[in-house]
Amino acid sequence: MKVGVLAVQGAFALHARRIEGLGAVAVEVRTAAALAEVDALVLPGGESTAISMLLERSGLVAPLRERLAAGMPALGTCAGMILLAGEVVDGRPDQISLGAIDVAVRRNAFGRQVDSFEADLPVRGLGGGDDDPAVVRAVFIRAPVVERVGPGVEVLAEVDGRAVACRQGAVMVTAFHPELTADDRLHRAFLRSAGWEAAR
Amino acid sequence: MTDGAAAGLSRETGSVLVKRGLAEMLKGGVIMDVVTPDQAKIAEDAGASAVMALERVPADIRRDGGVARMSDPEMIEGIKAAVTIPVMAKARIGHFVEAQILQALGVDYVDESEVLTPADETHHIDKWAFTVPFVCGATNLGEALRRISEGAAMIRSKGEAGTGNIVEAVRHLRTILGDIRKITQADAAELFDWAKRLQAPLPLVQELAETATLPVPLFCAGGIATPADAALVMQLGAQAVFVGSGIFKSDDPAPRAKAIVEATTHFQDPDILVKVSRGLGPAMPGLEIGGLEQTFADRGW
Repeated sequence: MKVGVLAVQGAFALHARRIEGLGAVAVEVRTAAALAEVDALVLPGGESTAISMLLERSGLVAPLRERLAAGMPALGTCAGMILLAGEVVDGRPDQISLGAIDVAVRRNAFGRQVDSFEADLPVRGLGGGDDDPAVVRAVFIRAPVVERVGPGVEVLAEVDGRAVACRQGAVMVTAFHPELTADDRLHRAFLRSAGWEAAR
Repeated sequence: MTDGAAAGLSRETGSVLVKRGLAEMLKGGVIMDVVTPDQAKIAEDAGASAVMALERVPADIRRDGGVARMSDPEMIEGIKAAVTIPVMAKARIGHFVEAQILQALGVDYVDESEVLTPADETHHIDKWAFTVPFVCGATNLGEALRRISEGAAMIRSKGEAGTGNIVEAVRHLRTILGDIRKITQADAAELFDWAKRLQAPLPLVQELAETATLPVPLFCAGGIATPADAALVMQLGAQAVFVGSGIFKSDDPAPRAKAIVEATTHFQDPDILVKVSRGLGPAMPGLEIGGLEQTFADRGW
């Protein structure tokens, strides 16, 4: 299975390393030609405004929308979550929303870098029952939050009653950074939901 | 607590992971020096991943001389209000009170920078004492490891700021990355000698031998003036770039800023580099390193 990692800006190298570590092939995606080759896509953390502009200038917006509408599995972390969302509450007017998951997100919802934090966070859907969610060390960096969840969206984790991880069909988003820690359960769950059996 | 799911969530701020994590998010991007909120807007509109607030760009510090210090807090607040991307700001080497002020202002990263006039000729700031992360410059691997041992969460190769001349940036990057490659070939006994020669803590040298990479991201600064310069240092192994005078000392900053951003993303694609390098107008006038009265890169110990 070829898993693309959007590599226009941000923490793409760590995602690629994690995917390779799980035995799949990681492909850095900077062009429409590279996007056409992959079976699934990870949209990493980074600066969502910068990534948004680079997507536009690299001619990636239309092909991305097309692939996502056709059901390409996608994992978005932090800035990736902002890009995949249907709505950005406080984004720049020219910010791209790919609309792959029916949530509204707010950028920098926890404050500036001095307020960035890590915490033990129960996350559903990573194995373990709903009553006994897996606990991951979640790293939140100038992180966004989900303000509104549409019907059909499953909330996987919350901080202060606000959603920080969601899933709808083959699209998974997190406000935190599973690529920064050694725990690979979230990537595993994503690859499983993308139909890759070897991720068990 | 109003929600059961949030009960017991204890937040740890300022951890190593949180500090280095922001540097990870800035990879593959361009951090631009700005001196006013208007310049910060231009930088954000061009796709900068962060801005660096300072009093004067390095080319002006070089020209005007005098003591260069942290920016006026009012200017930094203006820049913070103007953009949503991370805002970094410079403190003088060893000036931990400037750093305390910057942390209290809520800047996202502090650059303990040789471009400003040093406040201490022996000691750098104890960066472990802060919640805000720090970036520091380095001309070689020993300097990089000493800064990391003091708590720096990001290293930038220094280059020679304010010259528009890439030669020193290339020298420093090659020195740092070349020595890392050599250390990965060293045996256990040789690592003691490497630590001695680099004047660096042995555990960091041993970790480097194991991982073949610095424990924090390595960015490049000092002399980047064109899209080709940015792509050059990225191909050499930098993970992101800082552009100081190169943008706002050029004839037409906005298109040049955009072009450098695109060149940093597509650094391995010569066809795109051709496209973005075209028609940018004159770059900043450059300086020969041999003719400089003051080299900033020598500051740091």
